[in-house]
Amino acid sequence: MDWGVILSNLVHDTIVFSTALIFASLGGLYSERSGVVNIALEGMMIIGAFTGAVITYAFQDSMGAVAPWIGFILAGIAGSIFALPHAVASVTFKADQTVSGVALNFLAAGLSVYLTKIIFNGAGQTTTLSSVFSKWEIPLLHDIPYLGHAIFEAYPTSYLAFIAVFLTWYLIFKTPFGLRLRAVGEHPRAADTVGINVKKMRYTAVMISGALAALGGATISLTTTSNFSHNTVSGQGFIAIAALIFGKWHPAGAMGAALFFGVAQAIKSLVQIFGLTKYIPTEFIFMLPYVLTILVMAGLVGRSSAPAALGKPYDTGSR
Amino acid sequence: MNKVIAVFTKESFLVPVVAIILGLLTGAIAMLAGGFNPIQAYMALIEKVFGSAYNFGETIRQITPLIFTGLAVAFAFRTGLFNIGAEGQFIVGMVAATTVGITLDLPAYIHAPLAVIAGAVAGGLWGSIAGYLKAARGVNEVITSIMLNWVALYLANWVMNAFFIPVGQQRSETIKESSMITISWLSQMFDSARLHWGTLLAVLAAIFFYVILWKTKSGYELRAVGLNPHASEYAGMNVNRNVVKAMFIGGMFAGIGGACEILGVFHYQAIMTAQPGYGFDGIAVALIGGNTPFGVVLAAILFGILTFGAAGMKFGAGVPVELIRVVIASVIFFVAAHGIVKIFVKPILKKKKEGGN
Repeated sequence: MDWGVILSNLVHDTIVFSTALIFASLGGLYSERSGVVNIALEGMMIIGAFTGAVITYAFQDSMGAVAPWIGFILAGIAGSIFALPHAVASVTFKADQTVSGVALNFLAAGLSVYLTKIIFNGAGQTTTLSSVFSKWEIPLLHDIPYLGHAIFEAYPTSYLAFIAVFLTWYLIFKTPFGLRLRAVGEHPRAADTVGINVKKMRYTAVMISGALAALGGATISLTTTSNFSHNTVSGQGFIAIAALIFGKWHPAGAMGAALFFGVAQAIKSLVQIFGLTKYIPTEFIFMLPYVLTILVMAGLVGRSSAPAALGKPYDTGSR
Repeated sequence: MNKVIAVFTKESFLVPVVAIILGLLTGAIAMLAGGFNPIQAYMALIEKVFGSAYNFGETIRQITPLIFTGLAVAFAFRTGLFNIGAEGQFIVGMVAATTVGITLDLPAYIHAPLAVIAGAVAGGLWGSIAGYLKAARGVNEVITSIMLNWVALYLANWVMNAFFIPVGQQRSETIKESSMITISWLSQMFDSARLHWGTLLAVLAAIFFYVILWKTKSGYELRAVGLNPHASEYAGMNVNRNVVKAMFIGGMFAGIGGACEILGVFHYQAIMTAQPGYGFDGIAVALIGGNTPFGVVLAAILFGILTFGAAGMKFGAGVPVELIRVVIASVIFFVAAHGIVKIFVKPILKKKKEGGN
């Protein structure tokens, strides 16, 4: 086989698998930049993957190709609602944000399968969706040899992910809203002194976070898996957190890290396609993204700097 | 993390109880939304557990691993660490026990203890990977231990496939009889429910937990690091070493739990498509149990009843078993956000005061 084709396939698959991670790590960025640890990205992705699949299932017969878009949008809304308890616990009740996040992860895992079983007569997964996103070929550009297939034949959600990276960068670094968000995450007392409503900013950030992470989850069920089951997300929320840390809480950095982790998943599918499983046991290929995450975290985390007030509840009475 | 521990020293009893009630109420709301009758479902749960000798014995079987994973999470909590990796430590404990159980040929009085010890060491080492990365590299132990859970799952499947599973099967060959820790006479008393020495080991582990943390110098250091790492460092304690040690001992508890599941319950290891879930429940057990050994045992009994009885809810009221996951997750949430719980607790405390006066 031609190396150009292999490389082209690898880039193509990397973009497919990175999409969910980009959305989710951007989600984590809003929350953590405002000072709220969001380990619940996994749960928010699960809720998004579930909502996206179920809503698309409900509308696919009547709406056809529009159905996944409805599913996608409602997934985002469901995600921000699901994030609300995390905001209530972390901001209003000054709970331990890690424990609260873990609780939401478990809640999402239980609730989604519980509801799936109710809706699909006891089956642990949704039926395979007949209408999901199909890839968009950008006219002319996709005709470029190798590069065309690699970059210009992607799911619409992938293009949206890259747009979201740019918008997030603009919002966080170029607007008053972004400045306030960062101020609240770095020095809430100073922000409070100049009249920024710390609690409101953090609530907003956590809910945006839930929406984006859920959009990420929905991209999985509406592109690659075409259904929802208990292992649709399987740890990608945590990989997104790793991408956020690896990317130093910067949108472009997070995107780069998400693409890096996407390669690990793309290799996974390539190895299976080329029948390399004869030489490498499948279990090791499945392990790859998780091992890579640990290695990256171990190698780089010491050098990246988190928002100063990350994980610290803001108490108006404290100094 | 200190905050979580502090809850239990103040309103040590009331907060978890109210959190459990709120968790059950959340479950009831979820059931109503799904078109089920929550009262009927909870009754079916109780009936399932206490309905027959066999089911009661099986509930004890279900409680045992929860004590182990609860202790694993609680021990790390005491040193200020969130050991969410009990799941993975449990799995490697299973693998180690299966390996020793199948490959070695020894008299029972050596074989079984050796298999348990192998599980303990494997779990301990697996736990200390996250501990080491935290200590040496400052990596958040929550993320590494979750990643390690997945690695453990696939590693376990690989070890089984590569060495112990006959071609075309989904589970390993049976372990040697000399390594089993089943108590046959007790099993017969409970209509052949799978009862084993692991339950006794779990209680001993809880006692060990208490002794090491509150009666030894080493335990004093572990707790000091958990309460204030900076002060401990200043007082000359090696914080990093204590972090690794806490994760090792925590991992040991989970590893023994995994080993006992193989040696006492299944006698073989199957290919896993999902995490067994004991590590997850262990978090709820530790939080509700206030990270004290006695509390962990009590909480494990409660969650053992809930998780085993869930099958009864399915049978008696048609409720999917995942409903219990919703209940347990809500309980964890309410313990974390104990501020919410206090809103409910305050009126009770006030009444008591007024009554007393």
